[in-house]
Amino acid sequence: MSASTLRIALVGNPNCGKTALFNQLTGGRQKVANYAGVTVERKEGRFTAPSGRVLQILDLPGTYSFDAASPDEQITRDVLEGNYPGEAAPDLIICVADATNLRLHLRFVLEVKRLGRPVVLALNMMDTARRRGIVIDVPELQRRLGVPVVETVAVKRGGAQALIERVDGEMPTAAPVQPDDADSRTDLHAQVRELLTATVTMPRATAEIDDALDRWALHPVFGLAILAAVMFLVFQAVYAAGKPMSDLIGGGFGWLGEHVAALMPAGPLQSLVANGLFGGLGTVLGFLPEILVLFLFILTLEESGYLPRAAFLLDRLMLSVGLTGRSFIPLLSSFACAIPGIMGTRSIQDPRDRLATILIAPLMTCSARLPVYALLIGAFIPIRYVFGVFNLQGIVLFSLYLVGILGAMAVGWVMKRVRRDKSEHALLMELPSYRMPKLRDVAIGLYERGAIFLKRLTGVILGLTVLMWFISTFPSPPAGATGPAINYSFAGYIGRGLQYIFAPIGFNWQISLALIPAFAARETAVAALATVYLVGGEAAGGLGHALAGQISLASALSLLVWFAYAPQCMSTLAVIRRETNSWRNVAISFGYMFGMAYAASFIVYQVTRMLT
Amino acid sequence: MKPPVRLSELPKGAPAVVDRVHDAHAADPIAQRLRDLGFVDGEPVRVVAVGPLGADPLLIQIGSTRFALRRSEAQRVTVRQEAA
Repeated sequence: MSASTLRIALVGNPNCGKTALFNQLTGGRQKVANYAGVTVERKEGRFTAPSGRVLQILDLPGTYSFDAASPDEQITRDVLEGNYPGEAAPDLIICVADATNLRLHLRFVLEVKRLGRPVVLALNMMDTARRRGIVIDVPELQRRLGVPVVETVAVKRGGAQALIERVDGEMPTAAPVQPDDADSRTDLHAQVRELLTATVTMPRATAEIDDALDRWALHPVFGLAILAAVMFLVFQAVYAAGKPMSDLIGGGFGWLGEHVAALMPAGPLQSLVANGLFGGLGTVLGFLPEILVLFLFILTLEESGYLPRAAFLLDRLMLSVGLTGRSFIPLLSSFACAIPGIMGTRSIQDPRDRLATILIAPLMTCSARLPVYALLIGAFIPIRYVFGVFNLQGIVLFSLYLVGILGAMAVGWVMKRVRRDKSEHALLMELPSYRMPKLRDVAIGLYERGAIFLKRLTGVILGLTVLMWFISTFPSPPAGATGPAINYSFAGYIGRGLQYIFAPIGFNWQISLALIPAFAARETAVAALATVYLVGGEAAGGLGHALAGQISLASALSLLVWFAYAPQCMSTLAVIRRETNSWRNVAISFGYMFGMAYAASFIVYQVTRMLT
Repeated sequence: MKPPVRLSELPKGAPAVVDRVHDAHAADPIAQRLRDLGFVDGEPVRVVAVGPLGADPLLIQIGSTRFALRRSEAQRVTVRQEAA
């Protein structure tokens, strides 16, 4: 069996260091995809053993028990049992256990052993175990378990050497298959206790450093203060580091488009390249820095063990609106942009909680809404001081953020009441030991996120951007036309059609028209309004001035509220489609946000009209 | 030996051992999961910390593992406090 490929499955409890071990074994040579029909990640890698044999490793989702509580765990079980369609049963199972947490992890090892397949146990984090004075009688453990046991340190170079040698060697014999029922489950705990008494001595159940850190991190006052500081840092970083880079990329592609276009003869093809293609690429790639910055923090916080602590502190608050503590960070990052936020919901294991978070995320006021807010507030809200200190413009901007948050809370509350599945979903979250994040693991995670985004979304977003360009450009204006070209295009017709729908909320046809390109990216609404209103070049006083003369205060306020709630950005909808694998969820998002925006704008428009 | 109390009523820091996990309803998956995670008769258990709002969730130390449990989850577990 020299040149044959050996299929290996890597399993273990969550937080056993399995992913670090997988990275150590395979390096960057990994393929990440989804299991068909679900959003559980399938990670596969390969490496060549010293014997020349190719080892193909499947990193299965972290699992506490075969009595599956989530789609992740169900997949782990099905794959190991050889019952997963299209996935061959593994030749060998590497079961990873944290040497500092054997009371929990050994039970799963016993469960895996009962499958009756060849198993090797990797006792991981042996360095930490030694440091904490934990002594494990490995030969005795191996004898009692009846499976080969090797020590590993996944985060150290060469720390998996013993494992590679063992896996490359003679195939271990499988234990007999044993039934899986309630009685034998209770039995497993008794067996674990017996094993621990015979083979493990622990001077202390927990690491002193964890206890000390948790006294601060989970303190009702200091803990919240630390959390607020961490959140502030994340939010600032996404805004301050991600946003300028995003703008730079967007601007860079605009510039590139112009220069490439200059080399081409004037005409529709030139416009397609400059505006459609390069504009679209700028939009797509522009999201990348924000996504990478956010995930740098999410991965670091997750690896370090802080993320579950943050979830612990915020769980009660989030539960009151039908979410979970883990929803908080994705929602916070949605203030910069909903796209990384929605991708960040991957850290929520429970599918129902994850979907609820995804549906709410676009209501957070993202940075792309700011240019629209700034334009309309500047044009319509006078600079006046309330109580002598508060700038009225600032108050309106703050209110718009608040409107988004309150709307999200209301939606969460309503979702909790209308959903069919009202069963209790557990928190039951492990708070792992604090760990120093490893550069390699964070880097590989970042690379994967970036690649997923580019691979899965570039096509969709680019396609939609080109479509938007098409309907805003064709048909061309007739000879002798005086208005801006967009007025004669399909978008112009659609805008004029839409005004009948939008008249009750105070939008004239120009505004309705501007909403069409804004669907590609919210910030383009400003440019579109400029195009429509600035007939024949720059109007005196700029766009704000032009707007103030042409639309009423009621319409302006209505438009502001519309942007707070409306399903405005197609990239977000595309991400929802990708992350939930369902058009139904896209329809639900679009539908509820449209309805909510329409209702809120209607109220604002009608009330303001009555008052002014 | 005092009579068993619910884990959700155990004072912070007080040492206790698990009595058993009760099903809140028939075939309660949360109760089963608690048992799988090691909440079985005789296992030492302790409330390490509580959440800042309404003292919820609870941070439970069992064996060498810390789990965050909401009060509704911790209510399923009864514990025995060693005689003081």
